[in-house]
Amino acid sequence: MPAKSTALRDRLTPGAQAPARTSAGLPPLIRHLLLALAALAVIVGLTFVVDPFTNVRLATVGYYLIAVAGLTLLTGFNGQVSLGHGAFMFIGAYTVALLVLHVPSLPFWADLLLAAAASGVAGTLAGAAAARLHGPYLAGATLALAVGLPAVTQRFPDLLGGSNGLAFTVNSRPAALAGTIPTPQWQAWVVWTTVLLALVVLANLTRSRFGRTLRAVRDDEVSAELAGIHIGRTKILAFVLSAICGGLAGGLQAFLLGTAAPGSFTPVLSLSLLAAMVLGGIGSMWGALWGALALVYFQAWSEDLTHALDLGTDIANNLPLAVYGVVLIVVVLAFPQGIQGGVRALRTRLSRLRRTEEGSR
Amino acid sequence: MNGFLALTVNGVATGAVYAALGLSLVIIYRATRVINFAQPALALISTYLAYSVNKATGSYWLAFAVALVAGAILGALTERLLIRPLRNRTELSPVIVTLGLLMVLQAVSGMIWTNEPQSFPYAFDFRGLFSSSNLFTVLVVLGTAAGILVLFRFTSLGLRLRAAAFKPEVARMLGVRVGLMLTVGWALAATVGALAGLLATPPFLFPTVLDGVFVYALTAAVIGGLDNPAGTVLGGFAVGIGLSYVSGYLGPELVTIAALAILVLVLALRPNGLFGRAVARRV
Repeated sequence: MPAKSTALRDRLTPGAQAPARTSAGLPPLIRHLLLALAALAVIVGLTFVVDPFTNVRLATVGYYLIAVAGLTLLTGFNGQVSLGHGAFMFIGAYTVALLVLHVPSLPFWADLLLAAAASGVAGTLAGAAAARLHGPYLAGATLALAVGLPAVTQRFPDLLGGSNGLAFTVNSRPAALAGTIPTPQWQAWVVWTTVLLALVVLANLTRSRFGRTLRAVRDDEVSAELAGIHIGRTKILAFVLSAICGGLAGGLQAFLLGTAAPGSFTPVLSLSLLAAMVLGGIGSMWGALWGALALVYFQAWSEDLTHALDLGTDIANNLPLAVYGVVLIVVVLAFPQGIQGGVRALRTRLSRLRRTEEGSR
Repeated sequence: MNGFLALTVNGVATGAVYAALGLSLVIIYRATRVINFAQPALALISTYLAYSVNKATGSYWLAFAVALVAGAILGALTERLLIRPLRNRTELSPVIVTLGLLMVLQAVSGMIWTNEPQSFPYAFDFRGLFSSSNLFTVLVVLGTAAGILVLFRFTSLGLRLRAAAFKPEVARMLGVRVGLMLTVGWALAATVGALAGLLATPPFLFPTVLDGVFVYALTAAVIGGLDNPAGTVLGGFAVGIGLSYVSGYLGPELVTIAALAILVLVLALRPNGLFGRAVARRV
């Protein structure tokens, strides 16, 4: 039994058990905040040098990052599989859309918070159901959520706009910036500020006692229960947190695109989030970043490839889906630790090299 | 009252299809503890091949046969190439790989046959309250279910399949070729899946046509207990009839959400399905 659960853990998340590092000598919260500030500074700097198109792409990476990070918390740290995270993005996007259209006086940050809250409520319901389901049952139930929820827009066409969805404009830019900062740049700032704040919270949670509880439940439910952990509560909480991340991602997507339509929240979206998580490396928050970058750039490259090779629309439309699928299969078969696993191996090798050099000196 | 009768009859016909796809999931789950999320995609490719054969030759029954053979080959290949290398991995690995295969096959079918709906014929006349096509569907599915039951219970192949699934080490010592049995199980399951695709698809075939059907089939299989073919067939008919009422009285766009509600409700009350047996958890 111990042998098996250790093997399971190693295969899923090598290094995830490493104790909270305090290499900088700072408490994790401060360290994470400083890291986030540095990241924000880099991104803001970047938005000044790249063209508007790349700014939009940068913002896209941002909202995918938070969605994939939420999924990482749920699947990587807690062992629950969700094939329906697009559904929470759907809820976030429609919450923002409805608030912008019907309560225009609310500031945008309040819209986002309410979107997060709405998907948090949905996540509580889904999580309460999920806490009773294991592996394949949970995967099936969440897949049903992803297939079924967007169809609800057909049910309430007046409120939710049917299959065309809702279109709106978010006016969040302060008047002082209106003349100087172009919209895509401002949008990238808003998206990344939100995302980095959420990531600080996530990074802190996963490093804390709660993070250890999550992993204990993932590795062995029976032992965790014997150790006094409330399994159901832990699982529901993990689900709620990752649903909130999904809702934020959806809200930010709506903010960026100015639309919320059922066509953007197909099961393919949910599955591509899963693909991104697996590719980045299950069980590491850094993996979420690689995954989000891959999601955006696979799409971009397949468009470029289509133009370059003059592929037909049938092939072009299906190319990203094929790529996600191949990535999922190849990564699981050949590189189960994903990109972050490779990064980690590289880092270990480098530090070992440095140590031997110091030793020889 | 006529409406109620029509909905019930319609539910029986669609329920038969859910039962068939559900059966294909159960056969694999029994043998390998894997839910094959690629099952609808294997069925999709088989059905598209049938579409092409039907278009080229004009013969529905030749197309039908081609789809079944294609299903068997696809199932066997999936087991050999993708599932076998994952033998000693966590339960998450096969879920992800079969999902990957689902995405690849859906994309490939879209590339070859376009994302636009193509018209796909019924086996027989489909008009009327309980048409000959409906009757054919129900009979074929009941026949298949009976055939599977007989195969597993009363034939030596069935015995070897069961032995390979439940006690692989012992079976191997007794001379059962366990690996071959797993491949046969997948081929058999994918054949039943292809059958479900042929029956579920008309009138239109497009790459995501089986997504919903798969969710309902999974619901049926879960209600049946995932381990229990007879329970799955019953579950399929129950889900078909139940969802037909939801569609008729509440609206077709709520059907998938209703399936989810059924799934969650059943599992909340009986975590191993209505007809499943509880498995003691090891400590």
